[in-house]
Amino acid sequence: MQFAQMAMDNYLLDHAYDEMFSAPDELRTHYELLFQHFSSLPASELLRRKQAADLSFLNQGITFTVYGRQEGTEKIFPYDLLPRLITAAEWTKVEQGLMQRITALNLFLKDIYNEGHILRDGIVPREVVFSCKQYRRQMIGLQVPRNIYIAICGTDLIRLENGEFVVLEDNLRVPSGVSYMLTNRRVMKRIFPQLFRSYNVRPIEQYTQLLLGTLRSLAPEGRPEPNIVLLSPGVFNSAYFEHAYLARQMGIELVEGRDLVVHDNVVYMRTTSGLRRVDVIYRRVDDDFIDPLAFRPDSILGVAGLFNAYRAGNVTLANAFGTGVADDKALYAYVPDIIRYYLSEEPVLKNVETYLMTRPSERQHTLANLDKFVVKAVGESGGYGMLIGPQSTAAQREEFARRIEADPRNYIAQPTISFSRAPCLVDDALEPRHVDLRPYVLYGDKVTVVPGGLTRVALTRGSLVVNSSQGGGSKDTWVLSQ
Amino acid sequence: MLSRVADSLYWMSRYLERAEHTARLLDVNLNLMLDESQTSSEHRWQRVLHALGNPQDVEWVGDPYLLTRTLSYDLNHKPSIVSCIVSARENSRHVREQISTEQWHQLNSLYLHVTRPGLQIETEEFLQLVMDSIHQFQGITDSTMSHGEGWQFIQVGRFIERAAATAMLLEAYHEDLWINSERIPESNEYLEWMGLLRSATAFEAYCKVYTADLTPDRILEFLLLDKQFPHSLRFSIDVMQNALDAIQHESGKTRAESLHRLGGRLHAMLSFSSIDDILRQDIVGVLHNIQVQCRAIHNTIYELYVDYPIQTALAG
Repeated sequence: MQFAQMAMDNYLLDHAYDEMFSAPDELRTHYELLFQHFSSLPASELLRRKQAADLSFLNQGITFTVYGRQEGTEKIFPYDLLPRLITAAEWTKVEQGLMQRITALNLFLKDIYNEGHILRDGIVPREVVFSCKQYRRQMIGLQVPRNIYIAICGTDLIRLENGEFVVLEDNLRVPSGVSYMLTNRRVMKRIFPQLFRSYNVRPIEQYTQLLLGTLRSLAPEGRPEPNIVLLSPGVFNSAYFEHAYLARQMGIELVEGRDLVVHDNVVYMRTTSGLRRVDVIYRRVDDDFIDPLAFRPDSILGVAGLFNAYRAGNVTLANAFGTGVADDKALYAYVPDIIRYYLSEEPVLKNVETYLMTRPSERQHTLANLDKFVVKAVGESGGYGMLIGPQSTAAQREEFARRIEADPRNYIAQPTISFSRAPCLVDDALEPRHVDLRPYVLYGDKVTVVPGGLTRVALTRGSLVVNSSQGGGSKDTWVLSQ
Repeated sequence: MLSRVADSLYWMSRYLERAEHTARLLDVNLNLMLDESQTSSEHRWQRVLHALGNPQDVEWVGDPYLLTRTLSYDLNHKPSIVSCIVSARENSRHVREQISTEQWHQLNSLYLHVTRPGLQIETEEFLQLVMDSIHQFQGITDSTMSHGEGWQFIQVGRFIERAAATAMLLEAYHEDLWINSERIPESNEYLEWMGLLRSATAFEAYCKVYTADLTPDRILEFLLLDKQFPHSLRFSIDVMQNALDAIQHESGKTRAESLHRLGGRLHAMLSFSSIDDILRQDIVGVLHNIQVQCRAIHNTIYELYVDYPIQTALAG
C-alpha cells in the first residue's frame, strides 16, 4: 500500500488546526513536496527508514529517565519520521514575538530585583511577585553581568484553531530538550537527504557554538579566557544525556556539585593538576539545590558558597538565580502587560487566556466548569500536577477543587485548547496527533532565536500532553527560508 | 582532567580487575575440587576466601556451590562478581563522555547480560563469560582510547588491584607451599601448586621458563619477581609506576615525590631482590608489606589527585 492511500484512509480532520491539510484532500502548499516524496515510498521502505532512525537513537544512547519507577528507567525518546514544516512568514512572526518576550522579561527581572517600578505603578501586583516560590530575596540589588538574567530560554508555543501561534508557557529556569532538536535533525538528514535538500531548511547546528558564545559573553570582567563549565545534577537526572551531549559539543567540562569548591568567594573545579578557576557556569541544577548555604540546606547536588561567589561577581551563572519568578504560571497572565510597560509595544505573540485562582470571580467560574478547563499548578513543569478537565474523572476534579480551595495561589486555569495537529506515522498508517513547539532563545551579546525548535508530539490519540515524561515524542522541525 | 573523572576511571578499572580475578579463582578451584585430593573442601574454600581478603558477611558453611554462587551472583555482597561489574559500569556511566563508545558498549552489554532477571547459565560458563568479556574490554580500551591521562588512570587501577590481589593470593597459599618446603611433595600437592599458578594465569608462562617442574621457590620467584609476565608483582608494579610517572607529567604536578618514592621503593625491592634474599626473610611479612605499600600508594594517589585539601592546592 502506498503512503497517499494510507493518508486518505485514516486521516480525519476535526476542529483543531491541521499542519498539513487545510481541508480534506487539500494540502497546504508547503507540504506538497513532502507529501509527494512520502507518497513515492512504499510502506515497507518507510518502515525500514523508521527502524534505521530508531536504531540510530538507540546506538547513540539518546535516552531520558522517568522518575518514580524502579525498573526500565532509561527510555528512548520516541521519534516521528515526518518533519513539521514552518514557513518563512510564520517564523518571522514567531521570532519577533520571542525576541520581544525575552527582552521584556529580562527588564522585568531587573526591575523587580532592583527599583521595582512596575510594582509601584501597579501593573503587576506585589503579592503575585512576592508570593512566588521562585522569588529570591537574595537577588535584591544584585548587579548581574550585562543585566542579563535569562540567557537561555525555551518557550512553549501552540497553535490555536485559526493557526495563530500563542505562548503556552515560558521556561526561564533550566529548559531542556535542545539536544533532541539537534539529534533529530542529524538523524533526519541522514535518512531523508533528498527531501531535505529539496526544501530550503534553515540550519540549526550552530546552536552549540551560539550557546558557547552566549556563555562567554557573560564572563566576569577581567577574565578574557573564561573557563566555562556545565553543572549537572549527575547521572540520575532525567536530562543527563543532554548535559553530556552539550558539554561534549561545546568542548567544556561536565561537572557535578562535588567537583566544585569555593574558596574566598572564587569557584574552582578539582582537577588532577590542582584547582582550576571557574568563570561561567551553565547550570542545569535548580535554584533550590544549587547552594546548600543559600537555599535548601539538605541539597547534596549543590556547591556550598556558590551564591556568595556569584554575589561577589567572581562567577557568572546562566541562567541567573530567581528567574523562575518570571515563568510562574500566575505571573504568566501579566506578561502582555509587562511587554507593553517596558517596550511600549503590543505583544506579537498572544497568551492563552488564563484565570487566576486568587481572583474570587475567576475561581468560582473555574470551579463551576472544571470539566472544561485545564488546571495547572504554578510551580510544576513536565506535565506533572495538571488536570485536563475534559479527560478527567469526577474524583480527580473533586481532588483538584479541594486543592484549589486550599491554596488558590498555587493554581491557574486555562480553557482546554485543541492545539494544532500534525501527521504522524503510527504503526504503518498516517494519523493526526497534537503538537506544540519549543523554540530556543539565547541572550548574550544580542538575542538569537535558533530557527527551529523541538516539536513535541502527544503520541496517544487525542491526548494533549506532549511531555516526554508522559509518553510524548518528538519530530524534526523545519523552518523554511522561502 | 577532573578529579572525579580520574576517580571513576580508576575504580571502573579496579572493579573489573577484581571481577576477573575472583572469576578465575572460583573457576580454578571448582575445577580442582573434582579431582580426588587430600586437601579438604573446607581448607580449599577458606583459602579462596583468604585470597579474596576474607570479605565481610561471606562465610564458609560447608557448601562449595553455595559459596561460589554467593561470590558470583549475590548483589547483596559487595565483593561478588556481579556487584563488581555493576560498580564498574556505574563508574563508567559517570564518565560516559570520557570513554570510547566501543568501551561503553562492551561494558554495558556485559552488565546487561549478567544482571538480566532470571539469568539461566551454568556457573562455569558464567565465570568464563566474565573473564572473556573483561579481556575483551581491556583490548578495546587499549585500542580505542587515547593513551592520555585517563587511560593512565585505568592502567594504575588495573595494576594496583592486580598487585595487591597477587600478594594476597600468595599469602593465602603460604602454609601449603613454604611451611615444609624441605619435604618431598605428594602428588596432589602438585595439583594445588598448579592451581595457584592457574589462578594467576601463570601455569603456561611458568612452564616456558622453568618447565613443568614445580617447586615452591620457583613459583614464588615467578609470581613475585618475573620481569615479563603480566600477572607477576614486579610487572604490575612496573606498569603502575610508569603510568603514575606519565600522569605526573601530564598533570604537571610538581609535588608528586612522595608518590614516586613509594612506588619506586616497591619497584626497587622487586627489581633488585633475588628469591634467596626473600626466602631468608619472613615471607608472610614480605607479602603483607607489599599489600600495605599498595594501600599507601592508593592513599597517596587520592591525596595528590583526587581528594586533596584545598589549602595545599592553593599554595601549589
